[in-house]
Amino acid sequence: MKCRVCRGAAVIDIRRHNANFCREHFLRLCRDQVEKAIRRFGMLQPGERVLVAVSGGKDSLALWDILADLGYAADGFYLGLGIGDYSEESAGYAHRYAESRNLTLRTVDLPQSHGFDIPTGARAAKRAPCSACGLSKRHLFDEAARRGGYDALATGHNLDDEAAVLMGNTLRWQTEYLGRQLPVLDARDGFPRKIKPLVRLTERETAAYCILRGIDYIVEECPMAVGNKHLAYKAALNDIEVQSPGAKHDFYFGFLERASERFRAEVERDRAALAACERCGSPTDAGVCAFCRLTDRATSPAPVRFSDRGRP
Amino acid sequence: MRVVLRNPTREIDVEGPMTVHTLLQRLELNRESHLVICDGELVAGDRTLPADASVEIRSVISGGSR
Repeated sequence: MKCRVCRGAAVIDIRRHNANFCREHFLRLCRDQVEKAIRRFGMLQPGERVLVAVSGGKDSLALWDILADLGYAADGFYLGLGIGDYSEESAGYAHRYAESRNLTLRTVDLPQSHGFDIPTGARAAKRAPCSACGLSKRHLFDEAARRGGYDALATGHNLDDEAAVLMGNTLRWQTEYLGRQLPVLDARDGFPRKIKPLVRLTERETAAYCILRGIDYIVEECPMAVGNKHLAYKAALNDIEVQSPGAKHDFYFGFLERASERFRAEVERDRAALAACERCGSPTDAGVCAFCRLTDRATSPAPVRFSDRGRP
Repeated sequence: MRVVLRNPTREIDVEGPMTVHTLLQRLELNRESHLVICDGELVAGDRTLPADASVEIRSVISGGSR
């Protein structure tokens, strides 16, 4: 196989582009795709500061690397989730990368700052671990971006992530979620602008980017994610992709271009109902936000019950 | 050839040489969700892996909350 650009020896074949690339031109392709997403969706303006949510995995480290290379003022934020050895190991990858590139990595440790870890939180709240984890991440990422005065919060969601979430939301016609599934969510009511600059790259491509750039990342999967639905949707989509290269791209970008707008009204309607959490001040549609309720349940010796409106 | 698979990590011996695509097919692994690294270098699908190669097959799928 030869590189489509220079005809040199290819190191990767990308069937959805019907092309092969050498190291140099594959890395350029990845940067170009990120730049294109940023421009197309108005994610960042020159001179803006961005906080990158970094897990130590391939996507977030590739994202941070590309944003820094493109000249954005990008700091990292690592959240320790208290998932045993996995969290310690992933923190090591994030710290080592930051040091190797002389970038700023901010950290918060959930057990130290809020007194509970994800396994405990999930048990106490009777939530799936990924649900408790996602809730904690969203809350603490937003808070870190807000307190740090960043213009945007960037996450490493890639094309596979977005296509899998879209598949899950579509299978159940979760219209409110469909209305919110965008590559950019504008800042509002205490929420920072949220951006997903990797939406034009698959996770095979972000992994290849890290390997070719010599970025060491945590390869092992989070032990709490094993067997979740998100992984099953990704596997199903990759089975389709083998038969029909480009299917994931068409599914997601076709949705953005031709269907997303139809679900926006529901999101706009819900938006008006948000108010500040009585405890932490974060925007919420209940008296006490979901993260504060999770914290109460996870740290209280006795079961804590809340009404539907988030009041004990 | 010695093949290391990740997630979870395990090792198997496979008789070579063979191409990357053939190896993935033989192990019934999806080419969209795996990368192959031969003697420390990322290799494309048509590359022939020598019989004495040291090969890693890396799953690229990660899940859970983001």
